[in-house]
Amino acid sequence: MYRWLLCFRYLKTRYIALASIISVTLGVATLIVVNSVMSGFSTEMHERLHGLASDVMIECHATGGMPDPDAHLREIERICGSALVGSSVSVSVPSMLGIDFRGQQIGRHVNLIGLDPATYDSVSDFGKYLLHPENQKSASFELRESGYAPDRKELAAAGWRHRRDRVSEERRIEQMVAQERKMMAELHRKASGQTEPTEQDEAAANAAKGPSFGPSFSQPLISGSDDRLVAAVDPMTEQFPGIILGISTCSVRHRDEAGQVKDHYYAQPGDDVRMIFPNAAGETKVINQKFTVVDLYESGMSEYDSTFAFVRLDQLQEFRGMIDPETGVRSVTTIQLKLAEGTDLNVIRDALRDRFPPELYAYNIQTWRDLQGPLLSAVRLETTILNILLFLIIAVAGFGILATFFMIVVEKTRDIGTLKALGASGRGVSSIFMTYGLLLGFVGSGAGLIGGLLFVHYINDIAELLEMFTGQEVFDPTVYYFTEIPTIVHPFTLVWVMCGAVGIAVMASVLPAMRAARMHPVQALRFE
Amino acid sequence: MPTPIVLTARGLKKSYHKDRIDVPVLRGVDLEVRQGLVTALVGRSGSGKSTLMHLLATLDRPDEGEVFFRGNRIDNAPRAVRDRYRNHEIGIIFQFYHLLPELSAIENVLAPAMIGQSVWSYFKSRSENHRRAEAMLDRVGLLHRAKHRPSEMSGGEMQRVAIARALMTDPKLLLADEPTGNLDTETGQEILRLLADLKERDNLTILMITHDDEIAASADVCWRMQDGLIHSEMGVEETPAFATHAA
Ligand SMILES: Nc1ncnc2c1ncn2[C@@H]1O[C@H](COP(=O)(O)OP(=O)(O)O)[C@@H](O)[C@H]1O
Ligand SMILES: [Mg+2]
Repeated sequence: MYRWLLCFRYLKTRYIALASIISVTLGVATLIVVNSVMSGFSTEMHERLHGLASDVMIECHATGGMPDPDAHLREIERICGSALVGSSVSVSVPSMLGIDFRGQQIGRHVNLIGLDPATYDSVSDFGKYLLHPENQKSASFELRESGYAPDRKELAAAGWRHRRDRVSEERRIEQMVAQERKMMAELHRKASGQTEPTEQDEAAANAAKGPSFGPSFSQPLISGSDDRLVAAVDPMTEQFPGIILGISTCSVRHRDEAGQVKDHYYAQPGDDVRMIFPNAAGETKVINQKFTVVDLYESGMSEYDSTFAFVRLDQLQEFRGMIDPETGVRSVTTIQLKLAEGTDLNVIRDALRDRFPPELYAYNIQTWRDLQGPLLSAVRLETTILNILLFLIIAVAGFGILATFFMIVVEKTRDIGTLKALGASGRGVSSIFMTYGLLLGFVGSGAGLIGGLLFVHYINDIAELLEMFTGQEVFDPTVYYFTEIPTIVHPFTLVWVMCGAVGIAVMASVLPAMRAARMHPVQALRFE
Repeated sequence: MPTPIVLTARGLKKSYHKDRIDVPVLRGVDLEVRQGLVTALVGRSGSGKSTLMHLLATLDRPDEGEVFFRGNRIDNAPRAVRDRYRNHEIGIIFQFYHLLPELSAIENVLAPAMIGQSVWSYFKSRSENHRRAEAMLDRVGLLHRAKHRPSEMSGGEMQRVAIARALMTDPKLLLADEPTGNLDTETGQEILRLLADLKERDNLTILMITHDDEIAASADVCWRMQDGLIHSEMGVEETPAFATHAA
C-alpha cells in the first residue's frame, strides 16, 4: 500500500525523474511514427506490387512461347483446384520504342506486353492505372476524342484533337517543304538550262532542307511490315493499332525554376510511335510496327512505368507470327493466375514447378513475392534496423533512468531506514522503486504513445508546415509517386513498443531497487 | 509486586570493524524492561546507547548475546518475524524524528498500518485506520495539523507526529532514542510530559534513552551505561516521580 502512495508522491515531487523519462517518451514517439510510416509505405508498396503482378506468374522463356495455352490452363486448373479464381494469358516481348520528337528519334527499351483487357484486369491491376477515366472503367485500345487526365494541363489536348492538330501541322510543313523543293528545282533548271531534273538536282534539293538532326520517320530505320499500312491509314481519321505506354517511357518529370513539378511528354495519346521487336518464328526477324498511343499507364512504381508498353494480345500475336497456320492455335509467353484469398502461393508455385519441371520446360514460375523479393526484403530489413536503432535509444534512456534512480535511492536513504524501522521488508522497499520505475515507464511511454499517434495523425499537415518554413519539400513527388505520406498504425506494434519501453524503465530500476532493499537499516538511519 | 518483563537483553556484545581494528561498543549488556514502567537508559554520548537500542529493535544483530521479547527470542528470528515485531509489537521514536517528507502528518501516522497490512486489508479497514490515526494525532494534540507536511512543522510538532506514528499499531513497548535531544528545554519538557501522560493513562511501557541525568532521574527505572556496559540500576523506589505502581 505504502509503496503506491510513496510512488505517486515521488512522481509528483521529483521532476528530475520525469526529465529522465523524456528520452523514453521521445524514443517511443519516434518508434511509433517510424513504424507507422514504414508500414504505410510497405503496405502501399505491397498493394501496388501485388496489384501489378498477379499472384502466380508462369513465364515461358522461349521466343515462340507456349504452343498451346488452353492445354496448359486445363492442367493448371487441375493442379490448383478450387483455389484458382482467374487467369489471363499474355505475350511479353522485349522491344524498342521509337518516338519521333521534333524530328528526333527517341529510343527506349521497353517490355511490350500483349494482353486481353478483359481477363488481364481480373488477375492484376491494369485499368485503374490508366489516365482516361473511361479506360479506368474498361480499358480499350481505341483512341478517345479527349478527356485524358482532367487534372493535367499538359495533356489537355490529348486524343483525337491532338492527333488532327498534329497531322494538319505536319501536312502544312510537308507542303511547304515540297513547294520549296519545287522552287529550288525550277531555279536550278533555269540556271543550267536543262529541262530534265537529274539526280544531282535531287541531292541539291535535299541539301536545301538544311542539316538533318538525326534520323526521322521520313527515313525509316528498318523497312518493315508497316509500309503498306502507312499507305492505307489516313492519320486524320484513322489510327494504327493502339498502344498504352508506361508514363515514364515517354515523359520526364523535373522541377522548374520555381520548384514546381513539371512533366514533359515526348508522346501523348494521339501520337504515333514505332515499336521494333523480334518475331516468334524459327529464324528471327525484326518487326517494325507503328502504333498509336491511346493512353498512358501510371502505376506509381517507376520500375513499371518506365519499362512497360501494352498492346492488344491478338494483334501482337499476329505481328509476331504466333498463330499456327494449320490449326489456328495462338501461343502465349505468360500465364498469370489469380488465386483465392488466403491461398498459400508458395504451395501452388511448388506444385506447378513439379508439373513443369525446369529441366524440361523453359518456364519460370514465380509468385509476386518472388518477383519483388529483393525490394520487399530491403524494406523489411530497413524497418528492422530502424527498430533496433530506436530501441537502442530507449535503452540509452534506460541508463539515464538508472542513474537518476541511483540518485533518488541515495537521496532517500534515511527514508529507507525509516521504512525498515517501521517494519517494511526489503522486498517492500525495493518494490517502491520498481513500481516507481513502472509508473515512470508508463507515464513516459504513454506520453510518447499519445505524441506519436498525434504526429502520425497529422503527419501530412506537419510535412506541409515544414515545407512552408523550410521551403524544402519533405516528400518529393519527383522521387515518390505518393502524394501523401501513407501511414498505418498497427495496434500490435503499439503494444510491443509500450511493453519494450516500460520493460526497459523497470529493468533500469531493478538495480537501484535492489540496492535500496539491501541497505542496512542502521546505516540508513545514521545517514546524513 | 514487580510487573512482568517485556524485554530482556542478555550478554549483548557488538563491535564495529574498521580497517581490521575491532572497536567494541557493547561488551556484554544485560537489561530488563518491565511492563508499565518508564525505563531510562542514560549514558554519555558515544557510550553505545543507540547501538543497544538498534539491537533491541532488531534493526541490527548482536555479535553475541540474546534479546527476548515477552520470553521469545527475537534477535535471530526470521526476517519476516522481525519485520512484524518492529511494525506491530514496538514503536520507535528517534532523535531526528525520521518522518517521511513526502507524506502529510496523517499519512505519516498511517504509514505503519500501510506497511503492516496488504493493500486489500488496508482498504478494507481504511476508515478504521483513519479513525485510529486521527485519534492518535488528537492524542498528541496535532489533529488540526493533519494535512501538513513535516517541512511545515516545528521540531516539537514533528516529534509529536512521530510519537503518534509509533502508537499507531498499539505497541506493547515504545523505544525512544533521545526524543528530546534535538529540542529546546521547553519543548523537550512538553514531549516528556506527553510520554509521562501516555504511560500514566494508557499504561504504555517506555524505554527512554537519554544523556540527560535529569530526565533519567524522572524515570521509574534507570540504567546507566558506560564503556559498553550497564553499570548500575536504580530501583523503582528511588524514583518518586513515576512511582505509581507502588501505590
Ligand atoms: N558504523 C559504525 N562504524 C564504526 N563505529 C561506529 C559505527 N556506528 C557507531 N559507531 C561508534 O559506536 C559508538 C557508539 O555509538 P552510539 O551507539 O551512536 O552512541 P550513543 O547513541 O550512545 O551516542 C560511538 O563511539 C560511535 O563512534
Ligand atoms: Mg545516540
